Parts: sequence; C-alpha cells; structure tokens
Amino acid sequence: MTEPPHDDNDRPRDGERGGPPYEERGGPRNEERGGPPKDEHGGPQRGAHGGPPRDEQRDGGRHARRDGGRRRRKRRGEQTVVPEPEFTSYYGKPILNTPGWKPLNIGGYFFLGGLAGAGSVLAAGARLTGRPVTARAMKISATVSIAGSAAALIHDLGRPARFGNMLRVLKPTSPMSVGSWLLAAYGPLSGIAAASDVTGLLPRTGDAATCGAALLGPAVATYTAVLAADTAVPAWHDGYRELPFVFAGSATAAAAGTALMTGPLRENSPARYAALFGTALETAARHRMESRLGMVAETYRTGTAGRLMRSAEALTVGGALTAAVAGGRSRLLAAVSGAALVAGSVCTRLGVFHAGRAAMADPKYTVVPQRERLRAREEAAYGRQRRSDVAPS
Amino acid sequence: MTTETRPDARPSPAGATGTREVTATEERVGFFTDTSVCIGCKACEVACKEWNAIPEDGMELTGMSYDNSQGLGASTWRHVAFIEQSKPVVPKVPHSTDADDGPDVFALAAQGSGSSELRWLMSSDVCKHCTHAACLDVCPTGSLFRTEFGTVVVQEDICNGCGYCVPACPYGVIEQRPDDGRAFKCTLCYDRLGAGQTPACAKACPTESIQFGPLDELRERAAARVEELHRAGVPDARLYGHDPDDGVGGDGAFFLLLDEPEVYGLPPDPVVTTRDLPAMWKHAGAAALTLLGGIAAAFAAGRTPGHHRPGRSLPR
Repeated sequence: MTEPPHDDNDRPRDGERGGPPYEERGGPRNEERGGPPKDEHGGPQRGAHGGPPRDEQRDGGRHARRDGGRRRRKRRGEQTVVPEPEFTSYYGKPILNTPGWKPLNIGGYFFLGGLAGAGSVLAAGARLTGRPVTARAMKISATVSIAGSAAALIHDLGRPARFGNMLRVLKPTSPMSVGSWLLAAYGPLSGIAAASDVTGLLPRTGDAATCGAALLGPAVATYTAVLAADTAVPAWHDGYRELPFVFAGSATAAAAGTALMTGPLRENSPARYAALFGTALETAARHRMESRLGMVAETYRTGTAGRLMRSAEALTVGGALTAAVAGGRSRLLAAVSGAALVAGSVCTRLGVFHAGRAAMADPKYTVVPQRERLRAREEAAYGRQRRSDVAPS
Repeated sequence: MTTETRPDARPSPAGATGTREVTATEERVGFFTDTSVCIGCKACEVACKEWNAIPEDGMELTGMSYDNSQGLGASTWRHVAFIEQSKPVVPKVPHSTDADDGPDVFALAAQGSGSSELRWLMSSDVCKHCTHAACLDVCPTGSLFRTEFGTVVVQEDICNGCGYCVPACPYGVIEQRPDDGRAFKCTLCYDRLGAGQTPACAKACPTESIQFGPLDELRERAAARVEELHRAGVPDARLYGHDPDDGVGGDGAFFLLLDEPEVYGLPPDPVVTTRDLPAMWKHAGAAALTLLGGIAAAFAAGRTPGHHRPGRSLPR
C-alpha cells in the first residue's frame, strides 16, 4: 500500500463537530503516520476528500450518520459515479483484525503452490506424450516451487519452529490443515519424480510419482483459494465460488509460462494451448467474481490491489496471445511470453492478497454488505407477513 | 453440574466436516454486557490485564472520546468503547433520528449543563465465544479448542502463529501479538472458571454492566431488561448476539446496546465463514478438475513433437 488506509488519518475529525480539529488539540497523527499534511485534513470538513458538502451527505435515512460512528469520505480528488454508501462505524476503525501475514510470503505461497500444482500436470502430460525436455523442466520447477511455497509458509509463521504442529491433527474445517497434509503428500511425490528423472534411477517409481503428483497437483493449486475464502474477509469470502477458478487459471498460466520458457519449440504446442486456457479461465472467473462482489469489488479495482490486478491482466493476456501467435516460431518470443505469464500469475496472487488486506482495513466492506443482507431479510419477512395478512383466515 | 449440554445441540454449520468438539460437561456460561449501565470506568480492562498478565498494548492518546485502547486485540481482551452523540438517552420524541449533527462539546461546556442533549454511550466489548466459532474451526493445529464450559480458548503451547484465526473472526477479536507471533484472546478466565470463580472483568464491574453466569439464565435476564428499558421509554435498546439462530449460532458473550451494532464497532450481521466451507470445497474441486481437464485438452490439441514447421505460427 502506498497510502495508509485513510481511516487512520481522518478518524478524529472533531472539526466536523464544531470543536477545533483534532490536530489543533495536539493530536499526534498525520505526519507521523505518513498521512497527508495537516491542512488537507485538519481543516474544516467540507470537500477535504472531494466529498459533497456535509448537508448533502446527510440523508436522514436509516443509516444517517451518527457521532461516534463516522461515515467515511472519498479519497481526496477521487470522483466516482457511484455515491459512497451511507454507513456507520466506530471512529472509522476496522471491524476485522488483520493477521501478521506478509504479502510476499502469502502471495508467494499462493503463487508457488499454483506453479507447482499445475506444473506437475504439465510434467505428466509431457512425459506421456513424449516431450522429455519439458517433462524434466516441469518436474524440477514443481519441486523447487513447492519447496519454496512451504518455506514461505513456514517463514510466515509466528513460531516457525512449531511448523510440525500443522500435522498434529487433520481438520477438514481448516483449509490450512488440509493444505498442510496435501503438501506433505504432494511434496515428496514431486521430489521423487524430479529426482528420478534427473538421475535416471528407478524410472518406474519416478513415473508413478509423476502421475501421483499430477493427480494431487490440481488440488494443491486450488486449495489456497479455499484458504483465502474461508475467512470473514469480504473480498475473499464472498468470492468463494469464483476464487478457486481464478487460482486454477492463474496456476495453469504460470505453469504454461514456465514450460514455454524451458521447453524447446517442438515441444511447446500444448503449453501454448494451456496458456490460452489458463488465461481465459482466470480472466473470465475474475470478471465474474468482481461483478458478483458488488461494492466489495472496489478492493480489487483500487489501490495496490487494483494496480496489481490490472498488471496481471495485461501480462497474462499479452503473454498468452504472444505465445499463441509467435510462441511456436520464435524461441525468444516463447520465452518472453512465458515470463509474462509467470509475472502475471505473481501479480494476480499478490493482487488477491492486497484486496483482502484492503477489505480488512476498512469497516465499510464489512458493514455495508451486512446491512444490505439484513435489509433484504427484513423486506422478505415483511413481504411474507403482508401476504399472510392479506390471505383470508 | 454434569448437565449434558453441548454448547449447542444444533448440527454444526460445518456439517459433517464439523470439528470434534469437547462435549461440555459443565453448564455453558457466558457474559451478558448491559451497556445501558456501563459508566466507562474501565475496571474490566484493568482487571483483565492484571489477572491474565497481559502485556502493555501501546500508550496512545487517540482523541476517540475516552477510548485509548481502540479495539480488541492480542493484548486487549476487554475494550471499553466510548461514543459521543447528540441524542438524549431518553428521547423526548421517541425514535427521533433527525438529530444527527455532532455535538459541539465546547459550546455545550460553555453553556453548562441543563440543556445538554449529549449522550455518551459506553460499552465493554469482549470475545463473543461463538457457538459456531470460526477461529476454532480454521485453526490448523487444534490450538483453539472448546472448553467444558462452552467457551473458546487458545492453548498457547500449541499455537504456531499461523494467524489463520485472525481474519476468520467476524468480530475482529483474536489477534497475533507482534513480538510473540502467537494468537491471543479472552479465555473467559478459564483458570478462574475451573476454580468456580467469576471472570475478573465481571468481578470488577461496579455496576453489574458485565454479568457472568449460565447462558440460559443470562438470556432470560437480558430479555427482561430490554423489556424494562422499552417500557421506560428507551426504544433504541436492543440485544445483540443473543439469538441462537443468528449467523454464529448465538454468542456466549452477548450485549444490550442502545444503538446499531456498527456504532460500537460490531458487525451488524456476522456469519461464521465455515458455514460455506462445504460449498467452497466443492467449488475448489470443480476448479481442480477444470485445471486437469484443460491441460489434458491442451495436450490433446497440441501437435505431436518433432513435426514442428517453422512457418506456422498459430497452434492448430
């Protein structure tokens, strides 16, 4: 995030209540927190964030703003067609707590898991269709990726030394528990497949491991979507139907990109198809998710997440099209398109992570959808009541 | 003692995948926090800190009325919220919602008391000890568990600090302690319960705003109290988290509020995320099969190796 969530900055907007601005009473905040300078904030309320004058903001509706709970303002200078929804919060403080997850650890964990999982499927396909160079490269890439994924996960733990506790129980209600067991099964298979290919030892065992890894691979690539969705974070939870497909598509694109970078031209035709397939799947699922998320989709369109998601789309679509047009002709263009696909997948995963962070940081994304849900439920109950009132007794 | 009661006899929302929960051997206990009598003394915050030996959580003057602890977290297990409103506690015209302008506290102070319409809401927030607790469901190590009292507690010697419980909590209660890495939250004074004692915060509360007891009894008491307030002309009084049919199966710690929950920083309609977990796994399974099928199709469509013709660009 380049800008801190601005709740911190405009939380104590006492100026609105007629008293002197908070900062004038010796409030510490803005500069220390890297927020905008005082006069943009501490000054009288109006227009400081590009919002309409205060009288227009009050609508007297049931969500009319109250003191103590502040309504949020638009970011400075930002104009949107959709008006800011009315909602109340406790001094703009987030409702959800944010875990200490580091973007690179968790985004990397998502990305590497996808690259490994889909890569194992490509490796098995390449092995079965006689594409030995691609097969070997994908087996090695899957093994390195899954090791990196596990390392990122362990590194992100508050107590890395207690990683073993992940395998203390198997809990189907915990995607992280299921995922840990999945990694514990998949990792060694992937490693055996790669080791056998590189050394030439135990070829039958190696082939069996290749197939086993290919069967577990798709689960490794998609379970991380459940991991994100099984939280109270609206940007993740409310997208639980589409997020696994976004991750599956992104994983396929990343693995196809790696195959394009490492495989010779005569072997890369399936990788080009896979790149197109993965890109189409990811793009379609993501657009569907954003259209279903309603106002929460903002978290994927603005800020760091917005930049990452836009970069992801440009890189992935560009990479897939380049691969399709020229990837079978030019070794260089195949490698370039492959690199773009891999970079696009990194951006997608980091973008999803940052969208979740943005959703956690702002009470709006918790309160507004829940209020709408309550209102819909009340209206439905009211409708039922009216029907039963009208019905003859 | 030895009533059979599980925290809730209803089927777990996680369905057949429901985690094995310890059968409650004691009566389920909890808190009823009646915010209408809270005086904002923060004795609960202090008692909790003292009893549970919770470390310091930052010393910051926030300007948020008298609230400097800001919210629940790893090192704040009771948090008193302070909300200033220009709304009389007992409205002259019941349900008048148009008096929305922030109170000018300085003008009011200059005026002196008498004509003041300022109302000051105070509420002591705490872990809700949900019937269907998302933190407990998603914990990969089994560190979080359901006690014999129906409460939810972290075993600190098991927790490996994965942080998954933090975004799972729909109330923003549990949190990782930055220097320690592990997750911490209210235990409802598990150690005191074991010794037949009242939790520290309830013990310290001078106005009985925080009431501790068997949950069923507290629910009855709360219903009576909200009735009483309605009769007395406080139509805004409402219960929060008392309903066993809500999105988390009812809270073990529930509240009487005088305004909408979000005014106090509480989510208006929390739902345990694992309610949708079976559907999530199904979608992930479908996505995994799509991945497998898509790549298989790519190989089926791909040309056989060795027949590369340089002039040809597009895949067949």
